[in-house]
Amino acid sequence: MRFIPHSPTDIAHMLDAVGVRDVEQLFCDIPAALRASGAIDLPPGVSEQDVRRRLERLAARNSGAAMLSFLGAGAYPHFSPAVVDNILQRAEFYSAYTPYQPEVSQGTLQAIFEFQTLVAMLFDMDVGNASMYDGASATAEAVLMALRLQPKRPRVVLARSLHPEYRETVRTYVEGAGEAELLEAPFGADGRVDAAWLAQALDAHSAALVVGYPNLFGVVEDLDALRAAASAAGALLVTASAEPLALALLKPPGACGADIAVGEGQSFGVPLSYGGPGVGLFTTRTAHVRSMPGRLVGEAHDDAGRRGYVLTLATREQHIRRERATSNICTNHGLIALAVTVYLSLLGRQGLRALAHVNLARAHRAAARLTRGGRWQAAFSGPFFNEFTLRGRGVAAAVARAQDAGVLAGVPLARWYAELEDALLIAVTEVHDDADIERLAEVLDA
Amino acid sequence: MSGLRDKQAGLLLDEALIFERSAPGRIGADVAAETGVPQDHLPPELLRDSIEGFPEVSEPEVLRHFLRLSQWNFGTATTFYPLGSCTMKYNPLANEVAARLPGFANLHPLAPDETAQGALELCWQLQDMLAEISGMDAISLQPAAGAHGELTGMKMVRAYHRDHGGARSTVLIPASAHGTNPASAALAGYKVQTVEGNQLGLVDAEAVRRAMTDQVAALMITNPNTLGLFEREIAQVAEAVHAKGGLVYFDGANLNALLGVAKPGKVGADVLQFNLHKTFSTPHGGGGPGAGPIGVRAPLAPYLPGPRLARHDDGLRWSAIPQRSIGRVRSFHGNVGMLVRAYAYILALGGDGLTQATRMAVLAANYLRVRLAETYQLAQPAICMHECVFTDKTLEPHGVKTLDVAKRLLDYGTYAPTIYFPLVVPGALMIEPTESESLETLDAFIASMQAIAREARDTPDVLHNAPTTTPIGRLDEARAARRPVLRWSKSE
Repeated sequence: MRFIPHSPTDIAHMLDAVGVRDVEQLFCDIPAALRASGAIDLPPGVSEQDVRRRLERLAARNSGAAMLSFLGAGAYPHFSPAVVDNILQRAEFYSAYTPYQPEVSQGTLQAIFEFQTLVAMLFDMDVGNASMYDGASATAEAVLMALRLQPKRPRVVLARSLHPEYRETVRTYVEGAGEAELLEAPFGADGRVDAAWLAQALDAHSAALVVGYPNLFGVVEDLDALRAAASAAGALLVTASAEPLALALLKPPGACGADIAVGEGQSFGVPLSYGGPGVGLFTTRTAHVRSMPGRLVGEAHDDAGRRGYVLTLATREQHIRRERATSNICTNHGLIALAVTVYLSLLGRQGLRALAHVNLARAHRAAARLTRGGRWQAAFSGPFFNEFTLRGRGVAAAVARAQDAGVLAGVPLARWYAELEDALLIAVTEVHDDADIERLAEVLDA
Repeated sequence: MSGLRDKQAGLLLDEALIFERSAPGRIGADVAAETGVPQDHLPPELLRDSIEGFPEVSEPEVLRHFLRLSQWNFGTATTFYPLGSCTMKYNPLANEVAARLPGFANLHPLAPDETAQGALELCWQLQDMLAEISGMDAISLQPAAGAHGELTGMKMVRAYHRDHGGARSTVLIPASAHGTNPASAALAGYKVQTVEGNQLGLVDAEAVRRAMTDQVAALMITNPNTLGLFEREIAQVAEAVHAKGGLVYFDGANLNALLGVAKPGKVGADVLQFNLHKTFSTPHGGGGPGAGPIGVRAPLAPYLPGPRLARHDDGLRWSAIPQRSIGRVRSFHGNVGMLVRAYAYILALGGDGLTQATRMAVLAANYLRVRLAETYQLAQPAICMHECVFTDKTLEPHGVKTLDVAKRLLDYGTYAPTIYFPLVVPGALMIEPTESESLETLDAFIASMQAIAREARDTPDVLHNAPTTTPIGRLDEARAARRPVLRWSKSE
């Protein structure tokens, strides 16, 4: 086996040093009955060449990966510059553990410090953590944190326009954690949270209001109005951005008064990989740092006064505080956070805004083109970024015909919303050019 | 060396923060030209003017910045990394290639099932492989990491009891457990009750029997435990838990000791998580992403997170979330990119190779145990499994602590063992060599540890001041926590 270096001579030498006859003797603590049933019935190992061939065959059966695709809904196709993956392939980064020994982990630590800074800047929040698993679990952790910050308020209002899988994840996390109750805020004809409903529903029992920004329909919520509604009831405002590229142009959650702002970082240089790994982004206000879940990297100095970085505020965490920790998270998504850091460094202050503008302009061009013929209409009147919802008869059949023609036209929202059986969610990014949009219009009979 | 600071020599170059490399007007990526302005499409009150503080850096500078940072890291690819309980084995490059195949990398999670059959087939087969390896009946690949798997498992324990005699309040956890166990149990809504180990640090079936009531939902047990010892009474312990209607949560973090040797499912485990980034060679990534699939016995299968895979005549499909499922614990289907790597690893080793990996990992750990016991005091003298634990007792007379040994090892070009864990061992040094390290590497590590013991006796200050060959010395962590600086800002 090429990964295991021990020759028969090495093995004999080690057995001799240990003072046992054979390796089997090392397992003497395991009761015989358990040993007897331990054997693994799997085929023998195969060569690297054969592994590659089998994986290539499986990959070839993923025809969707090669199709012209307008699927979004929380995972977006974006171009990733070559530098990003080159850095991810540095074994010094990917084969390291969580940086417990800072003196020989400064690469990881400094990169995470830069990640925390970039994410905080993008969200315009005070502080970001070292990453969570994904946008959904980050949202769930944000809800638990809001409940900790507002211990006398057992209710959390989730926008129905928040990504359904984020809502489902929140539900799973909250079940069993105290007596918390979840309410769903309906959306109006503009695709935004129904403000009138909210004014009635938010009260002294409400710990937090959680909204998508942009939301699942691609619509940009009016955060200023939502902040006002939440504040009137003393509730925290939590935003979740499944497509944080939008924040390069949009008024950021921090400027709108969000208390906790989370997101999914996959858009920033990370392949789709059938939905994971992406990376959860998590930011909050300085005042709430000690209630925050997850790892944090902070600046420190050595005896000679040299600047370096360390894991810090660990007393919030499971390995110190055990059952009283702010979260159970240990391994996070460090390497994907690195990808995001490299990506955002490359795009930078001007590039990210320019890229966001490309997304915005092309999505609007596509929406205009697709609604031109009258076969499809905009489902919502609210403003949108790079994703929008159309409405038209026979969505399922239209999508199936498009698929036969080699185009994944979008996500039918009937998947999640019984009331939106004629709605189709379409994402347009910089990977789509005018010919792609024309092709989409053609197969959708627009 | 006037004008040249000591750490600017050779390869150990200072590297400013990316923000400090920034200058207005630079850019590191091409963006297509597009007409118009954002105001054409969005009302001005929704827009921001700029992303304050974002860097402006050219592509070659970005590359150099991160390449230099990479050079400041020890990883398993560069260095022996005997970090106990973390199973820092070799991460095969073939797996990296597999995960980057366009058919996987470019596949959208909502692609229709019939256009994702390769990914579904891989997931299906991986579920079967993990079931066979562990002896569990059903598997979910959804959780993103070990602790995420623990949380998922404890949520399932909760759902199970709700349907079988009513909710219970408490979870038993041995004192030697990883911190994630109590944190996960608490997050699932349970009170935690600690079970002390016996003189050998093992869980005693009699102690569990005494602690078991009809309010105990589960016992969480790590086997081998964090002392590297197999829990010999595991069958009796499981019996005691089951007798009172409780469940056994088996922390699979140390599964690298059991491949082909014993199956948790045959030892009384009802639920366990796999850490694919430990046992199944997917890279740790400097702190993830990992993957933490969960395995259960049949009675718990209805509670697994959904959606679930199902095989139909025309292929594999995701089914709706089953009614009794705990629901979903994240978006989409799991860290599929990591699942591809683990699948490639299991294919490459096969049943025999996995078994050989465990056998060699255990042999290497015992070799270190016996050789190092000449110089350091073992926490337990017994034959160990995949890791061995020492104390700093023999160093005490010289005023040297575990932390000093760990820091000095960095000077010797080795990463440090896990230190001060398990908590039940004072000054613990927890060493896990894995199957990947050659005899020469193990011998060099032993020589380093022996040299450090001599230094402790003769020149203890060398240890107190270590490390001295790294880009930076010991950092003042206490001060960093008192006045936390968690981001760069312009005013600095």
